[in-house]
Amino acid sequence: MKSTVLTPPAPTPHLAPEAKERTTYLTADYGWKSWLFTVDHKRIAVLYLISIMTFFLIGGAFALLMRAELLTPKGDLFEAETYNKLFTMHGVVMIFFFLVPSIPAVLGNFLVPIMIGTKDLAFPKINLLSWYIYVVGGAATLFVAITGGVDTGWTFYAPYSSTYANTNVAGTAIAVFITGFSSILTGLNFIVTIHKMRAPGMTWFKMPLFLWAQYATSLIMILGTPVLAITVLLLGLERLFHIGVFDPALGGDPVLFQHLFWFYSHPAVYIMILPGMGVISEIVACFAKKRIFGYHFIAFSSLAIAIFGFLVWGHHMFVSGQSAYAGMVFSFLTMLVAIPSAVKVFNWIATLYKGQVSLETPMLYALGFIGLFTIGGVTGLFLAVMGLDRHVHDTYFVVAHFHYVMVGGMVMAFMGGMHFWWSKMFGRMYPEAMGQFAAVVIFVGFNFTFFPQFLLGYMGMPRRYHQYNEEFVILNVLSTAGATILGGGFLMSICYFIWSLKWGKPATQNPWEAKGLEWEKAPTPPPTFNFPDGERIVVTEDAYAYTEEEAHDHVAAGVKK
Amino acid sequence: MWKDFPLYPEQASTIAQPVDLLYFFLIAVSAFFALLISVLVVVFAAKYRKSRPDAYSAHIEGSTKLEMVWTIIPLGLTMVMFAWGTILFFDQARMPAGAMEFTVTGKQWMWKVQHPTGQREINDLHMPIGRPLRLTMTSEDVIHSYYIPAFRTKQDVVPGRYSQMWFEANKLGTFDLFCAEYCGTKHSQMIGKVTVMTQEDYERWLSGAVANETPVQAGERLFTALRCITCHNATSAARGPNLAGQFGKEVELSTGAKVTFDADYVRESILNPNAKLVAGFQPLMPTFQGQVKEEDILSLIAYLKTFGATAPAAGSAAK
Amino acid sequence: MSDHAHTAPGLAHHFDDLEQQHETGTLGMWAFLVTEVLFFGGMFGAYAVYRSSYPEAFMRASSHLNVDLGGINTIVLICSSLTMALTVYAAQKGSKNGIILGLLSTLFFGAVFLGVKVVEYHDKWVHHLIPGPNFQFTEGVYGGPEQLYFALYFAMTGMHAFHMIIGMVIMVWMIFKARRGDFTPGHHPLVENFGLYWHFVDIVWIFLFPLLYLIGAHEGAH
Repeated sequence: MKSTVLTPPAPTPHLAPEAKERTTYLTADYGWKSWLFTVDHKRIAVLYLISIMTFFLIGGAFALLMRAELLTPKGDLFEAETYNKLFTMHGVVMIFFFLVPSIPAVLGNFLVPIMIGTKDLAFPKINLLSWYIYVVGGAATLFVAITGGVDTGWTFYAPYSSTYANTNVAGTAIAVFITGFSSILTGLNFIVTIHKMRAPGMTWFKMPLFLWAQYATSLIMILGTPVLAITVLLLGLERLFHIGVFDPALGGDPVLFQHLFWFYSHPAVYIMILPGMGVISEIVACFAKKRIFGYHFIAFSSLAIAIFGFLVWGHHMFVSGQSAYAGMVFSFLTMLVAIPSAVKVFNWIATLYKGQVSLETPMLYALGFIGLFTIGGVTGLFLAVMGLDRHVHDTYFVVAHFHYVMVGGMVMAFMGGMHFWWSKMFGRMYPEAMGQFAAVVIFVGFNFTFFPQFLLGYMGMPRRYHQYNEEFVILNVLSTAGATILGGGFLMSICYFIWSLKWGKPATQNPWEAKGLEWEKAPTPPPTFNFPDGERIVVTEDAYAYTEEEAHDHVAAGVKK
Repeated sequence: MWKDFPLYPEQASTIAQPVDLLYFFLIAVSAFFALLISVLVVVFAAKYRKSRPDAYSAHIEGSTKLEMVWTIIPLGLTMVMFAWGTILFFDQARMPAGAMEFTVTGKQWMWKVQHPTGQREINDLHMPIGRPLRLTMTSEDVIHSYYIPAFRTKQDVVPGRYSQMWFEANKLGTFDLFCAEYCGTKHSQMIGKVTVMTQEDYERWLSGAVANETPVQAGERLFTALRCITCHNATSAARGPNLAGQFGKEVELSTGAKVTFDADYVRESILNPNAKLVAGFQPLMPTFQGQVKEEDILSLIAYLKTFGATAPAAGSAAK
Repeated sequence: MSDHAHTAPGLAHHFDDLEQQHETGTLGMWAFLVTEVLFFGGMFGAYAVYRSSYPEAFMRASSHLNVDLGGINTIVLICSSLTMALTVYAAQKGSKNGIILGLLSTLFFGAVFLGVKVVEYHDKWVHHLIPGPNFQFTEGVYGGPEQLYFALYFAMTGMHAFHMIIGMVIMVWMIFKARRGDFTPGHHPLVENFGLYWHFVDIVWIFLFPLLYLIGAHEGAH
C-alpha cells in the first residue's frame, strides 16, 4: 500500500477548539478525490449516510403521495397504474436502499473498527467497493423510476412480474441484483473483522452488544442475500428471454418463486432489525449508566434470531397453496423466533431497574423503540398463527405490523443511534431540546399513522389498494393525518442535524460519559486511524463497566447498597 | 359513532366467531404485555431518574432465574396460540363432505363463478345460508386471492393449479368480496358482493338467472366434442386408459410411481399429457393447450367425477 | 510500538502483523465461498423441486446432453485443480517459474473446458434447445417441463462458466504479478486464496455433471 504525504490542513473556523490543533478524519485531506477514493471506514460511513438519507427522502416522498391518494376512497389523485408504481417504488427504495444498509453501513462502518480497538475494517477497499455498488444499484433504480417505474410490488410475485407486467421489471431486477452485492461485501467485511482484528484483551464476551448484533446481521447478509440474487436473476432471465422457469404453461411453478424470494426476504427483516437492537443495547446502558442486564442472553439471542430466521419463510405463504403441514412447521418455528426478541425487551427493561436514567434524545428513541417494537412483535404473532392469518394475510394488518417493527423499531433505533453518535462522527452536538421535541412528534405521528391500519386490516381492507370502500374512510383519514406529522418530525430532525454541522455546540470527547472504546479512547471526531498516534489499545474491562468502580468501592468499604 | 370505528367485520360464517375469539385472545395477551412493558418503562424511567451527576447505579449483571421465567412464560403462551391457530386452520383446510361444488376462475380483473347447477356470475356470489360451499379455483393469468372478510377466509388463486376453500354462511346479508393478492392495474377494482339468502330465495334466484348447462353436462358435451372419447373408452383397442370410475383412485405411472386421479392430475394431463404417463400406454395424447379454457377443464373434471356410475360404453371398469 | 515500525513488505497499515493479515484474507475468501454456495444453492433448489415434479421430462431432456463431452470436461477441470494446487506449492517454495507454469497450465485446462462448452452450447442452439420462443423439443407430442430443464441447464452451467472466466482473467493478472516478483514464499495470499476459489469452481462442476448429464444415461440414451 502506498502511503500518501499529508499536507497540514488549512485553518478552519468551524471546528471545535480542540480539533483545530489536531487532524481528524474529516480534515485529514480535502477535495472530492479524497472522499470518493477514500479507504477510511469513517469517511465511507459518511458517504453512505448521505446516499441513504437521499433514498430515505425519496421513499418517504412516495409514501406521502400514497397517503395523499388514500385520504379519499376514490382513486382520484393518481391513475391506478401510477399508484401501483408508487407503492412498489416505496417498498423497493425503503427496503433495499434504506433499511437494509442503514445501521450497518453508517453506524456499523463507522464504529465496528473503533469498538474493537483497531484501525480499520479487514478489507478497506472492499468497503469502498460496497459503497460504489450501492450507488450503481441506486442509480439503476432511480433510472427505472424516472423512465416509467415498476408496478409489481417489492415482492415481484410471478407470473405477474415475469409475464404480465408492462413495466420495467428486468431493470429493477438488475438493480436489486447489483445492490445485493453491496450487502454481501459489508457483511463479509464485518465477520472477518470481528473474528480477526479484535484488540488484545477484547474477548468475544467483552465486546459491546452492538458488535454481537452486527455479527449476527452479517451472517444473515452473507447467507441470505445470494439467494435473492439468484432469484431476481432467474426472474430477469424469465422476463427477458422467456425461459419458462416460473411459467405455469410450461410446468413452471409460481409458488416456487415465492419460496425462493422469501427464503431471503424473511431473514432480510432480521438484517433490518438486529442492528437496531444492538444500538438500543448501547443507548440503554449509557443512559441508565448501568451494565446491560443479561449480557450473555442478549448476545446469544442475536445469534438465535439469525439462525431461526432462516427457518420461517413459509409463514408468508400460508394461503398460497402451500401444504398445511408445511405451514404448521413454519408457524411453530415462527413462535420460536419470537422468543429471543422478547428476551431482549425484558433485559433492556431490567437494565433500567435501579439505574440512573436520563432522558436525552437517544434515550427517548430507545424507550420508544422498546414500546413500539413490542407492539410490532406481538402483532407478528397474530400473523404467525395460521387460523388468524387466513383472515388478515394481505390486508392492512400486515402493513401495520411491518411498519411498527421497521419504522417504530428500526427507524427509531437509527434515529437514536444517529443522535447518540452524532457528536463522535462530526464533533458537534445537535440541539437537545429540538431533538427531544422531534422525537415526541415522530412518536405521536407514527402511532397515528399506523395504529389505525391494524383496525383497517382486521376489517378486511386489502393492501395495495388504490381505491377502497366507503366504510374504510375514517381510519384512512387518521392514518394520512399521522403520516403528515411523522413526515414533519423527520424533516425537522434532518434540518437540525444539517444545521448542527456548522452551528452546533462543539462536542467534548465523551459528552454522554459513556463507556466503550469509541467514547473513552477515540477522540471526537477520531483521527484517520481512530486512536491517538502510537496508542496501543489493550482491553481489560468488561463492556458497560458503569458500576465497576462503585462495586469495588463498596466491597472495599464493606458497605451494602 | 361506534359504527364508524368498528373493531371487526360482521360475523357471517361458521368460522367467523372462532377466528374472532382467537383474535381477542391474542389482543388480550398482547395488550397485557404491551401495557406491562410500557408501564415498566415509564415507571422505571421516572423512579430511577438520575439523582446526582456522580450517582452510581446498582451493580447487577443478570439473573438466570429471571431469564428462565421470561423465556418460559412467553414460550408457553406462544405454544397455546400456535396450537389454537393450527387447529383452526386445519378446520378451514379440511373440505366438508356434501358441500355444494362451485368453481371460481380469477382473471385480470374479474371473478367468474359457476354454480353447481350451471348458473354463472361475474364478481358476485349468491349463496344459500346454512349449507357449506366448496370452491375449486384457478386463475387464467396471475395469482389472485378470493377474500371474504365477513367469512374470515381467503385463498390464493394460482394459475396452473387448483386451490380449494370452503365456507358456510350463517347470517343473511350482503358482504364484501375482495381480491387480496396484488394482480396488476385494477387489483383494487377486482371486488364484488357476496349475497347470502335463504334456500327458497336462492332457488328463486337460480331460476331467474340464466341457466346454462350444468358443469357436468358441459363436461359430457366436451368429452365428445374434443374427441376424448375416441381414445378414452372401454374397448380393448383403446389407445388411452378408460376413465370410468377412476376419479379419486390411485393410478400407476410408467415410472412405477403412483398418483391420485384428482383435479390437478386431470388438468395437467389435458395440458401436458406426457408429464405423467399411465403404465402400459404410449405417449400419443396431444396437448389441448390453447383449445380449452379453464372453465372447460373444470367442467370436464366435474363430468369425470360422475363418469363411471353410468359409463357410456358400459362394460367392466377395466384395470 | 508505532506504525512506522512495520517494515514487512506487503503489510497493510491496519494489520498488526503478516500472520493476522494472511488469516484475515483466508477467512474472507472462505466467507465469500460460503456466499457462492448459497448462490448456486438457489439454483440447485429450483432443480430439486422441478426434477422431483417431472422426473421423466428431466431424463428425456438430459439424454440430449453429450455425456462424453461432459466427462471430458470433468477430467479437464480436475486436472486444472491439480495444476492449481501445484501452483500454490510452487509459491510456497518460492519458485517463480513454477508459479507461472502452473498458472499457464491451469489456464490451458480452463480454456479447453470453455471450448468444449462452446461446442455444446452451439449444439443446443442448432437443435432449438435454448429456452425461449424458439425452443422445440420434439420427443413426445408436447414438451413443457423439458424447457425447465434446459433453463436450469443454461443458468447453472452458464453461471459456472462465468465464474471460470472471471477466474481465468484473474489468473492472467497473477501471471503478470508473478513475473514482477510479487509472490514470496512467506507472502503470497493471492495465490493461496485464489486456489481456494478455483477448487470451489471445480467442486460446483462435480455436482453439476451428474445432476445434469447422468440422470438419463442409465436408460442407454447416448
